[in-house]
Amino acid sequence: MTLVAERPAVAHEEHHEEHRSGILYWLTSTDHKVIGKNYLYTSVFFFLVGGLMAMFIRVQLFSPNNTFVSQDTFNQLFTMHGTIMLLLFAGPFAFAGFANYIVPLQVGAPDMAFPRLNALSYWLFLSGGLIMLSSFLVAGGAADFGWTAYAPLSNSLYTPGAGADLWIVSLFLTGFSAIFSGINLVVTTYGLRAPGMTMFRMPIFTWNMLVTAILILIAFPVFTSALVMLYFDRHFHTHIFETNGGGVPILWQHLFWFFGHPEVYILALPYFGIVSEVIPVFARKPIFGYKGIVFATLSIAGLSTGVWAHHMFATGAVLLPFFSGMTMLIAVPTGIKFFAWIGTMWRGSIVFSTPMLFAVGFLVVFLAGGLSGIILAAPPLDFYTNNSYFLVAHFHEVLMGTAVFGGFCGWYFWYPKFTGRMFNEKLGWAHFWVMFFGFWFQTIPQYLVGLHGMPRRIAIYQVSDGFTTLNRISSVGAWLVGLSFVIFLVNMWVSWRRPVPAGGNPWDGYSLEWATTSPPPHHNFERIPPIRSERPVWDMNHADIEDIQPHGSHGSHK
Amino acid sequence: MTADVDPGPAPEPRTVPRVYKGYRVEALVFLGTALFFAIILGVYWFTSYEHAGSVMLFMTVFLGIVPGSYLFWWGWSRGGNMPARPEDSDEAELEDGAGTVGAFPSSSIWPFCMGISAAVVCLALVFGAWLGVLGGAGVVATLIGYTLETRRGGYI
Repeated sequence: MTLVAERPAVAHEEHHEEHRSGILYWLTSTDHKVIGKNYLYTSVFFFLVGGLMAMFIRVQLFSPNNTFVSQDTFNQLFTMHGTIMLLLFAGPFAFAGFANYIVPLQVGAPDMAFPRLNALSYWLFLSGGLIMLSSFLVAGGAADFGWTAYAPLSNSLYTPGAGADLWIVSLFLTGFSAIFSGINLVVTTYGLRAPGMTMFRMPIFTWNMLVTAILILIAFPVFTSALVMLYFDRHFHTHIFETNGGGVPILWQHLFWFFGHPEVYILALPYFGIVSEVIPVFARKPIFGYKGIVFATLSIAGLSTGVWAHHMFATGAVLLPFFSGMTMLIAVPTGIKFFAWIGTMWRGSIVFSTPMLFAVGFLVVFLAGGLSGIILAAPPLDFYTNNSYFLVAHFHEVLMGTAVFGGFCGWYFWYPKFTGRMFNEKLGWAHFWVMFFGFWFQTIPQYLVGLHGMPRRIAIYQVSDGFTTLNRISSVGAWLVGLSFVIFLVNMWVSWRRPVPAGGNPWDGYSLEWATTSPPPHHNFERIPPIRSERPVWDMNHADIEDIQPHGSHGSHK
Repeated sequence: MTADVDPGPAPEPRTVPRVYKGYRVEALVFLGTALFFAIILGVYWFTSYEHAGSVMLFMTVFLGIVPGSYLFWWGWSRGGNMPARPEDSDEAELEDGAGTVGAFPSSSIWPFCMGISAAVVCLALVFGAWLGVLGGAGVVATLIGYTLETRRGGYI
């Protein structure tokens, strides 16, 4: 049934009662909150599956000449670990999960712009993800060419079997799901904002989601069409990526990385947005340098699309100065963001609740990952560290910093809004510190072992290689990270069995999602406070405080 | 904002503050994207050894130009083809946006059917054409159901 939504400030009608419950409610709902939660729980499930694969990988690498898994299985494990973590967890967790739930609330909208398209994109994501997992069951096992699927390794000669085909069609489905989410996000932020919510009063998270959505629209169509070409090469002998017949294998790398590098920022930008929401709330100050952050986000997005071939330095077929220079330029807007985050915390009354712990953890981990990225951006150093564990450590630091530290920062921050229940702070504290220490034990040895010459994607090394000690430390660290997620699951269980009511605004938050109940009613708002700055809820709750003027208020909020 | 208004017996009817320049930032985001990639394309075209990157950058320029120029033309530069929107005004009150926001479907089974049918079609690419018949039938049935859903006004 189609509902006509009214602005809640004027006339608010009887809420539509959902009479259905259980499985049918779940299958038919087009409510952005239900779909957002579906995305969040599904992607966390994929995160745990991918994390389990990482645990197996670290068991295999614990000892030299280990036979815990076969080499074939190992190849499948790291391929599926990478694909699941990047394309089924880190991306959908933010640009579909958090974005679906939070963006309409933050702009004061009753729903996403296209609710049924939104639901379709979830079902495409779920079916694509299940197809990806099911590829372990077919003869020959899952795809084993690495998450980058370089040609010609990924063609039908070197990787026969249904596993690779399932990998292709699964990413085809999730690619469309991402494109639909991107369209939905752009239209929601452009067309469904509440009166007074100008573009430069939107919360930073919403801005970042808008920029992420544009990046999705740039990157994902390229990848999806590259997958079609790869499928054609495998089944219809088109030779697009094969030299026999006139094709160009390196074309795959261009197409893949034109998607792949923006994809890394599609994964990172939403988490920058989450952290930009969390830090001001827990530092009790408005965000420092609002417009600076917005323009930094836009320039990161632009630059990230112009640097795809820095993944291809070692091919000798790309222009090194252009891509190296552009890559190093990204450090400038990222530095502006760090400056703004630190400026926000500077002389603030910082409260170290669990979300703030994760936000600070994000700052530290992502800074270290970003710095090793600058090292890799220099071609002479990249030639030395190319395809070594140094790269693996860099990549995991960047993506754990954003998707895991930033992601669980958002999870702890908004979970009260999703469910109306608080998390246990002590367990959250334990989750953070076990993960934080485990993470450094896991990563620093990987940098070192990479500099000692250990290549990535090898299942077996010898005693004489001298990699044993560092790999053992790294494995123990990785298991600590795994253990921290057991604590997280315990925390979920505790908050479910012994609920502590959260109320509408447990953190004294700033943006519109805190103006409604937890969880929000159907079509989100009973009433919306007047929007006179970038933090309308704070203006409403603290109307007596005049000395801090947040961005966008133009002196008019009094 | 209303601090210096004389507290008369009846509040004056609020006049629309000014003509809002709608979609200004929205258009600039896309047009800026196009401009940025046009510059990058210029550099890349003259310095690179291959064409795929130039083609992709060229298409990205279009991705910025098409929605950006639409919003610029209809929303901003001519200032009236799209109705003024209260969300583009710094001083809009919530009452300015009163009325219908839009029609939102509350629930529908068809996105689920479409997702599953599309997945079956994709599986046909791996396991054989017979699945394609099944999935194709599902897609057609779903399209019909999807299209007629609002007219029938039913729950499913």
